[in-house]
Amino acid sequence: MSADTPSLETSEDVKANEAITPSSMLAHFPADEPLELDSGVKLGPWQIAYETYGELNADKSNAIVICHALTGDQYVASTNPVTGKPGWWELMVGPGKPVDTDHYFVICANVLGGCLGTTGPATVNPQTGVPYGLDLPVITIRDMVRAQARLVDHLGIDTLFAVMGGSMGGMQVLQWAVSYPERVFAAVPIAAAARHTSQNIAFHEVGRQAIMADPNWRQGTYIQEGVRPTKGLAVARMAAHVTYMSDESLHQKFGRNLQDRDNLTFGFDADFQIESYLRHQGMTFVDRFDANSYLYVTRAMDYFDLADQFDGALPQAFAGTNTRFCVMSFTSDWLFPTSESRQVVKALNAAAANVSFVEIESDRGHDSFLLDVPEMFETIRGFLTGAARARGVPAPGGEA
Amino acid sequence: MNLAPRQTRPGEVRGDHKVVASLVPEGARVLDIGSEDGALLDLLARERHIDGRGIELSQAGVNRCVARGLSVIQGDADKDLSDYPDQAFDVVILSQTLQATREPKEVMSELLRIGKRVIVSIPNFAHWRNRMQLLFRGRMPVTKYLPYQWYDTPNIHFCSLRDFVELCHELDAEVVKAVALSAHGNEIPVNAPWWVWNIVAEQAVFLLHR
Repeated sequence: MSADTPSLETSEDVKANEAITPSSMLAHFPADEPLELDSGVKLGPWQIAYETYGELNADKSNAIVICHALTGDQYVASTNPVTGKPGWWELMVGPGKPVDTDHYFVICANVLGGCLGTTGPATVNPQTGVPYGLDLPVITIRDMVRAQARLVDHLGIDTLFAVMGGSMGGMQVLQWAVSYPERVFAAVPIAAAARHTSQNIAFHEVGRQAIMADPNWRQGTYIQEGVRPTKGLAVARMAAHVTYMSDESLHQKFGRNLQDRDNLTFGFDADFQIESYLRHQGMTFVDRFDANSYLYVTRAMDYFDLADQFDGALPQAFAGTNTRFCVMSFTSDWLFPTSESRQVVKALNAAAANVSFVEIESDRGHDSFLLDVPEMFETIRGFLTGAARARGVPAPGGEA
Repeated sequence: MNLAPRQTRPGEVRGDHKVVASLVPEGARVLDIGSEDGALLDLLARERHIDGRGIELSQAGVNRCVARGLSVIQGDADKDLSDYPDQAFDVVILSQTLQATREPKEVMSELLRIGKRVIVSIPNFAHWRNRMQLLFRGRMPVTKYLPYQWYDTPNIHFCSLRDFVELCHELDAEVVKAVALSAHGNEIPVNAPWWVWNIVAEQAVFLLHR
């Protein structure tokens, strides 16, 4: 563990506090304003933690909701209080950035089932006085979007200028556009899909089984028992992390290079740089993420199948939509490959929707959407400016 | 996918684009097939305030279009038109691309299915300069306007203007308007019979309807 990482106890405390009383803004909904979930359960009381950037304009037409990915959070462009690290999409969001907060009002909320202040398995169950753990109903992507829509209502915003996000964030974007077509002027699903594939479910199941196999998981009651399934969660992260990169990027970054040694040790230490790197990824992840949240949020992705909400007909999902779509994929992304984005585009075409589709050349795999990929920034900037022109929102560059 | 060579300087509007723009009604829902760098869609957005979409074969072209705020997807006229519902667009435009498709007749029939009106621009293979090269040199024509050699041309299905009009008849498409153009895209302002245009026009723009 590197020297700048907080010690386990401290970060554990901060993480526990942030899960229940977050330092970001909070919308709290009492028991009589429950959230109706796909599972049929009415969840209440519940809360949603969020950050905003920029100013909402007078006619409330410049709001952009950004949806975060599996292990993301609301700190899209500000310091994460648990890790102390900069926002996860500061390359994309901020003053003068493609999502220019000098012009747009950006809202990013922690997802339902998450662990940074929105109701999740670490939240105290008012019925029992202890954390929900597995007593929290299973959450879906549509539930996450319902929660965000309630937040947007709470903020007094009717129509969003745009909803955007990558990976699981892109799934939420698609769900937003389908659940609330009249409230979404533009939608930008990046490195996403209209369903989670069998292969993706398989990887998630490996991760979940790793967590559940950790003796400290204790059927999800580890918080009240004062232990943490850190080993299981770290292994889950290591397995998942491999899926976020491409063979080529691993090869370029690590090759078969050895870690701080000249020869193989003929043992099971981290001989290779890639092993050391993955172990580090696993260890730092457990400092910032809750194991039960990982179970819930991966499950939400697995359950996602947009066509299934329309008897298997994806074009039906988009019938009559007036939303402008910008679908984006990356050439080396094998977790959410271009073929999945093309399915979305095909369905949008069948609905004669207004759609742009850009596949971006990148050798950095699924994670490309989080990285410095200039062509992605240029595309997003252009798409948003075009959409702003169409909606009559003042856009960066003074055009209206 | 637009295969005509560039004949304009930056900022200058191409002649055939001007003609196409004159045929597109204000505020129409338009699909432009072969959007290239988006010049036509951009022109139509500015001058006709259209609700425009584009299909472009090259991913680089698509990315340039989207970055300038146009709604364009990567796609192939031969394969992807079947995705669209019937009569989805007020106007469907195919510029200088028909001769490069594998199945021009199928493509034309798809255009007429998805668009209430169809605008097609094509190079005229029967232009007198081409006729001369074939007649006197015995070589496949290579001109400034059609600069490819026979072995590297993407234009695999050439036709003359008369051939094209014949295809329209076969597809029950009515030629609402036809404009003959010079290589530079200037309108040939003559009211001449077809056989004359078929010799003097280097390209033509057709407005069709079924």
